[in-house]
Amino acid sequence: MNASQQDRLLKPMEEVGIVGYGAYIPRYRLPAKEVSRIWTDGEGGVPIVEKAVPGLDEDVITMSIEAARNALARAAIDPSEIRAVWVGSESHPYAVKPSSTVVAEAIGATPHTQAADWEFACKAGTEALQAAIGLVGSGMARYAMAIGMDTAQGRPGDALEYTTGAGGAAIILGPAKESMARFEGSYSYATDTPDFWRRSNETYPEHGERFTGEPAYFEHILTAAREIMKLTDTQSEDFAHVVFHQPNAKFPMRAGRMLGFKDEQIKTGLLVSLIGNTYAGSPMIGLSAVLDKGQPGDRVLLVSYGSGAGSDAFVLSLTDRLPALRDRAPRTQEYIDRRTEIDYATYARYRGKLALK
Amino acid sequence: MEVSRHWRLKKQRYALEGEVCPHCHAKIFPPRDVCPDCGLDARTLYQFSGRGEVYSFAKVQDAPEAHSEQSPYTVALIRLEEGPLVTAQLTDIGDQPLEVGSPVEMVTRKLRSDGERGMLVYGYKFRPLLRPSI
Repeated sequence: MNASQQDRLLKPMEEVGIVGYGAYIPRYRLPAKEVSRIWTDGEGGVPIVEKAVPGLDEDVITMSIEAARNALARAAIDPSEIRAVWVGSESHPYAVKPSSTVVAEAIGATPHTQAADWEFACKAGTEALQAAIGLVGSGMARYAMAIGMDTAQGRPGDALEYTTGAGGAAIILGPAKESMARFEGSYSYATDTPDFWRRSNETYPEHGERFTGEPAYFEHILTAAREIMKLTDTQSEDFAHVVFHQPNAKFPMRAGRMLGFKDEQIKTGLLVSLIGNTYAGSPMIGLSAVLDKGQPGDRVLLVSYGSGAGSDAFVLSLTDRLPALRDRAPRTQEYIDRRTEIDYATYARYRGKLALK
Repeated sequence: MEVSRHWRLKKQRYALEGEVCPHCHAKIFPPRDVCPDCGLDARTLYQFSGRGEVYSFAKVQDAPEAHSEQSPYTVALIRLEEGPLVTAQLTDIGDQPLEVGSPVEMVTRKLRSDGERGMLVYGYKFRPLLRPSI
């Protein structure tokens, strides 16, 4: 590899790591078979088991606040030391007015902080993560928080309705020497690929159906994964865990196998079958599940995908500090286990699909 | 427009920020700058833990207009572990039995929206403990 290719590796001046992380998943679950009962007479396969649905009083702001509090509990830092609170989502409750200021206020990070909302379909969370590595790694800030959280929208009857879930995670970045996981390097890959979009003032997104596969998800995920492994001089067998963006159960498994990963490397961070596609939250909460279970020394590959389109890839190594810190807040699995099943009618009410006037 | 009021109350609503009396050390919520116990000045900020237990509760079936979006819901008096009694909605009850004395924890949730175009109002509610063992 020549020097200009090596420049593609994103690596900050100072080493950066994860000093805190926290997940959130709302408690309601809509089984996929309940969607097929309504729209296909229960015939045909379903892509996942069930998806997480937010309650009537939940949105990206409230869910981000809980994930952020969990991350703070693990980091045990003073929230007033956080210099950026960045929330990535495609379901910000307001069109104009940041989600991030409410989150920052609620966790006590205001007022000496940046606050911003990020958007890039399903990779808005890792986009914030990538930028936060730069902010901390340049020495501008000691701590920065990146959140990926979504309450995904799916048109009633659309294929997306089976999988559009809710959840995500918050990550606090800080100096690597204080961290539970160090970043060895990262990489970003973006092209103009129109596979999925939602126009202003539209409630539901449009998508390119089969076009969302090969030229979109697979092209970006596979390229980003191959590039970061080349740039960090790693092979598939060097990783204990790999987390991909997970719009359904099939895509990440197939991408993983194409890259030479075994199913055991993929399964710890693969939550889509039980919580759905949490969009900007998806790769972040997959990482949170891996941090819940990983061992010091484990190397982790994280690759997001956002429609439109792009992928961010990260190589992390877990440190000795992780096991002692992770039980300070609820594990991802505790949120998965906290489960109340709802029917389609309740789902329709909770997600605002009933016109009341 | 109640914008200024929502803004003024944000700290207590989002995070249960109250006060502690520097004279008799009573914990005060909501903050009112005068100690309800000893009657002296009390302006020292105090961060409540958010843990408490149900003192009493009732299910609201006929909600006021501003809260009808989330009706029916349960309103409770919560005895905070630091002492004060607060009124709040319970949320995420699921199918767990609710009793006087049930341990609860604070979460920040959407309380209501000021109509279709108005601002979203966030604040404290309480839910059954996510991790009962801790």
